[in-house]
Order: sequence, then C-alpha cells, then structure tokens
Amino acid sequence: MLCLALGGAALAADSLLITGAGATFPFPLYSKWFNEYNKLHPDLKFNYQSIGSGGGIKQITEGTVEFGASDPPMTDEELAKAPDVVHIPTVLGSVVIIQNVPGLTKLKLSPSTLSGIYLGKITKWNDPALVAENPGAKLPADAILVAHRSDGSGTTAIFTDYLAKVSPEWQKTVGAGKSVKWPVGIGGKGNEGVTGVVKQTPDAIGYVELAYANQNKLEPAALKNKSGAYVMPTIASTTEAASDAVIPDDFRVSVTNSASKGAYPIAGFTYLLVRKDQKDPAKGNALIQFLWWATHDGQKLAAPLDYAPLPNPVVKKVEVKVKTLTVQGKPVNVAGS
Amino acid sequence: MLPEAKVAIRHARQPPRLLRKVNVGDGSYNALLWFFAGFTLVIAGVIILALWGTARPAFREASVFSFIAGSNWDPVQESFGALSFIYGTLVTSAIALILTVPIGVAFAIFLVEMAPSGVRPIVSFPLELLAAIPSVVFGLWGLFVMVPWLRTSLEPFLGQTLGFLPLFRGPPLGMGYLAGGLILAVMILPTVASISIEVLRTVPSSLREAALALGATRWEAIRLASLPYGRTGILGAALLGLGRALGETMAVTMVIGNSPEIHASLFAAGYSLPAVIANEFAEATSAVHTGVLAALALILFGITFLLNSVARLLVRAVTKSQAKSPA
Repeated sequence: MLCLALGGAALAADSLLITGAGATFPFPLYSKWFNEYNKLHPDLKFNYQSIGSGGGIKQITEGTVEFGASDPPMTDEELAKAPDVVHIPTVLGSVVIIQNVPGLTKLKLSPSTLSGIYLGKITKWNDPALVAENPGAKLPADAILVAHRSDGSGTTAIFTDYLAKVSPEWQKTVGAGKSVKWPVGIGGKGNEGVTGVVKQTPDAIGYVELAYANQNKLEPAALKNKSGAYVMPTIASTTEAASDAVIPDDFRVSVTNSASKGAYPIAGFTYLLVRKDQKDPAKGNALIQFLWWATHDGQKLAAPLDYAPLPNPVVKKVEVKVKTLTVQGKPVNVAGS
Repeated sequence: MLPEAKVAIRHARQPPRLLRKVNVGDGSYNALLWFFAGFTLVIAGVIILALWGTARPAFREASVFSFIAGSNWDPVQESFGALSFIYGTLVTSAIALILTVPIGVAFAIFLVEMAPSGVRPIVSFPLELLAAIPSVVFGLWGLFVMVPWLRTSLEPFLGQTLGFLPLFRGPPLGMGYLAGGLILAVMILPTVASISIEVLRTVPSSLREAALALGATRWEAIRLASLPYGRTGILGAALLGLGRALGETMAVTMVIGNSPEIHASLFAAGYSLPAVIANEFAEATSAVHTGVLAALALILFGITFLLNSVARLLVRAVTKSQAKSPA
C-alpha cells in the first residue's frame, strides 16, 4: 500500500496511473493494449495485476482498483454487493479439447460423448459412441485418462457451463463453476499443468484455452455444435459464437452452445469491470476513453495474440454502454461519438 | 559507627555512576530483545486470528467435526470436507521422511566419518545448490521427467514385486501420492543431510577415539559414540525437513494429481492441504469457500504445531535417557 501510494504520488506530477486487477487469461492482450495506449497517450499509465478473476471481482467491489477484470460475469450475489459495477466485454476466448492417443488425429466429439467422458460414463477410447463419430480413426481399446484444471479458473467455468447446458446429468450431479467436484480424472495446475498431463500420458484427454493450444501447437478436437456441424476452434469460429446470441444490456450472458452455424460451442466473453460513475475526474475520463479505444482500435490487436475479437453487433451494444458511463454524474464525450 | 563510615557504605552499596549507565543500556537492549522475541509470537497470533476470522462464515451451517472428518469437496454445492487433504499431506510427508532420513544420515556419516577431508566441499556444494532450487523448478522436473519414469518404470516394477500390498496396487498413473512423496524427498534431502553433517561434526573426537581405543570397530564407534551423541540434532534435522514437506505447495500440486479422494494405493491421485489452498484461493469468491480454505490453513497450522510438539517431547525423552545412561 505504501509503495503504491508513494508510486502514485511520484507519478501524479507528470502522469496519470490507473490501477486494475483480475483475470489472468486476457493478461497478454491487456498488457499489449496498455502498452500501445500508452504510446498514444504518454501521460497515462496502467498498472494491472493478473491475480485471477475472483481477485478482480473482490478488488472492484472493495473499490481498491479503478477497474477489475473477470472471465465469468459476476453472479447476482456478487453484484448485490456492488450494484453499480458495469460489465464491458473486451474479447472472446474458447476452450479446446486436446488428446494424446498415439496415432489419432482429427478427433471429432459430440456434446454427449464429451460429457460422457467427463462424467466417467465413457471410459474406453473404442467406446461405440466414439467409433460412430470417428469412422476410420484408429481408436485403441485403452482406458481414457481424463485431465482437468485443478486451480479455480474462468476456463473451467466456461467448460463446465457448456457441459451443464448440453448434459442434464452434468447439470444435476456436477454443475458449473470455477472449481467443481470432478467425477473422474486428475487435475493439472494451469493450462501448462493440463497440457503436461495430456502430453506425458498416452490416452489422456484434457481441455485448455484456445490461445494456449495455438501457441503450443496442440491439435484440438472438432466439436459438434448446436446446429449439428463439427467445428474446429479458431478465432473466427469463437467470434461467431457471440454473433447471433441475444445479448442482455448488462452483457452478463453465457454464449456456450451457440446456435450460430459456424460457431465453436465452448466460448465465452472476458470482461472489464468498472464503476458506472467515476469519482476521480481525470482518471475516470481517461478510463472511459480507454474502454472505447479497446473495444474499437484495440480489437485489431486481439487476433495476432490468439484472442477472438468482438462481433460487430456486440461492439455496437458496447458503444451504447460506454456512453452511459459518467464522471461525477456527467456524461463523457468519447472519441468517435 | 562513624557517620563518615555510614556514608561510605551507602556509597559503596550504590553502584558507581558509570556502571549504572551501562545498566540502562543493558536494560533497554534487554527490552528490545524481549520486544522482538514477543513480536514473532504476536505475528503468529495475528495470523491465527485472521485465519479464524476468515474461516468463521464456513461454520455457520456445517460443524467443525463434519468438516474435518468429511472427504466430500464440492465447491458448486458448497459442501466441504478436509480429510482427503489431511490424508494426502500426511502420506506424502511420511514417504518423504522415510526415504530421506536414512539416506541423509548415511550421507552425513559417510562424509564426516569416512570420506577423505577433501571430498566434503566437493559433495556439499551441489547439496547446498539443491536447496537453492525454486520449488516450481522441482515441480516441472517432476512433471516432465520423474512422472513419466514412475509411470513406465518404477510403478509397474513395484506393482509386480510388491503388488500383494495394497500400497502398490492399481494402474500406474505416474502422478499421485508416490510422485508427491518422491519430489518432497528430493527437496528436503539437502536440509536433512546438511544439518546431520553439522551435527556429526560437533561430536568430540575424544569420544570417537575413546571408543576406538576400547577396541570398537569403526562401525561400532559410529553406532555407539557418534550417533547417540548426535541423536537430538539428527531428530531436529528430520523435523526441519518435515516442516518443509508439510508446507510445500507448488512442487506437490504439480505431481500429486489434485483429486480430493482417499486411496490406500500410493499410485492413486490425491491432494494436499497447501496445494488446494493455492489452487482455489485466488478464484474463491463466496464467503463459505474462502472460509473453508482458511480453515484448511488453520488445520495445516495445527498439524505443524502438533508434530513439532511431539518431536520436542521426543527430543526431551531421548536427552533424558541419554543423561541417565551415558554412552
């Protein structure tokens, strides 16, 4: 605290420091954004601590940061403690299925097969359900080793939210959340932990973030979406997941199991959390300008870093939302409006 | 008595000025030391209070007993039990100690009693280096090198030779209690070995020489003179190692498999107290979830305290019996 206060005082003379905390998943993109935005506005600096979505929600609720960041939206219970927090979606991410069956490529999975594997109902790679979906594939008679995240994470939240939507049994026995009681499998810490388990263990299956899979050249499985097509997880198919969705005004929505034709079914927004009315005039104004920039010019920086940009209808909705943000009760004239 | 004499005596009784000044310094230094010594206690107390404060919301509905004795862990339904974590922590630490203490002590005996004096710095340098490696590096090494080896070599071998014991049954996963215990053994070996070396070096050579002079063989001299002399110290070394093993987080969580279950087989995946706290605390938002994690921290505190007390008593008992029957 003392350090922050001193740092703030030293910087206040010539520049503005905006602090934020939260999700680790969008951190690489956010630091790129802060860096690029700082080039455009040299007097403005960001300090972002990637301590996890839960920490981001806690800190914006307690008012110790100017903005928070979270992968899953805040729950009603959490929002009740800070009713003036506004969700601004920034990009989308998706969760991909990776496997390590010797010789097996281009795996295809339907929702019922995937949930069956994670429920522990489908235990062998040559299960009839898998064979029927992957004609001609070399599926061994070996046991499936299921890997999942052991640390609480937005990735797990999106993945279990999807399983709960497509499988009533999953909804009933496990449910959705950042940490759940897994029916089977072993836990790896972080994306690297799950990848470690899958890569080291023959016949393992696991789930990781799209960005992580792309950067580590892991071949993902194609998933059957709601309209019946097998879709590979890509930036485009992830953005597609939110393009047809009905987005409520507070943006708190799950876009998993999207009905769009080309949509990859396990995708979700990640959000910045800000107070509706900003108390500090200089910082508040700068933060709102930044939100506008991030959801417009900033979107171009997303794909190169393996994040899926927002679809246009969502950007239009975000514009409306950003314009409702105020500084000391007064609306802000944002760039481009 | 002459009044002058009385005055002289009074003067003599009072300490001279210079001495009194020194006493003030002594006193304040003494107070300062008491303050710092007390401060560590205060910190420990504040930690316990803060943990208790955080843990309390978790026990509005569930009882403490059902929490400690239960092994269900379901963050979605908010139904929590700590037993599988306590079990995992104790099992992995026990494996580590059982492997490390004989190796560490044997290593120390070799270096102090038998090896030529030039060997010691050559061997103790890499040992100290081992202690300086960050635990996440141990974890990564464990995940990418040790776990595959366990799965393909050691666990199938143990299963074939010792499979009649329930400890070594089940499919070899690589990750699990055994992996956690082994990685801890590697991590606490430097602590146990280097303290044992220092302890054995304090054994007076007159003791050793006396034993040899009485016709003891080298082994008898070690067994009857050196080891009994160093018993308390070696116990202390094991205790310090145990302390590190109980609290180790990162390396264990990377290889233990992180599944909150209780299995008799060492091949099965388990979970440990520090690992689940590290894994779930950052993303725990509800008061109950945060509360049970704080309660797990209190349990870990309690286990450490309990084992330390038992070891203290053991040391005292050993020292007493030593005093009664000198070697």
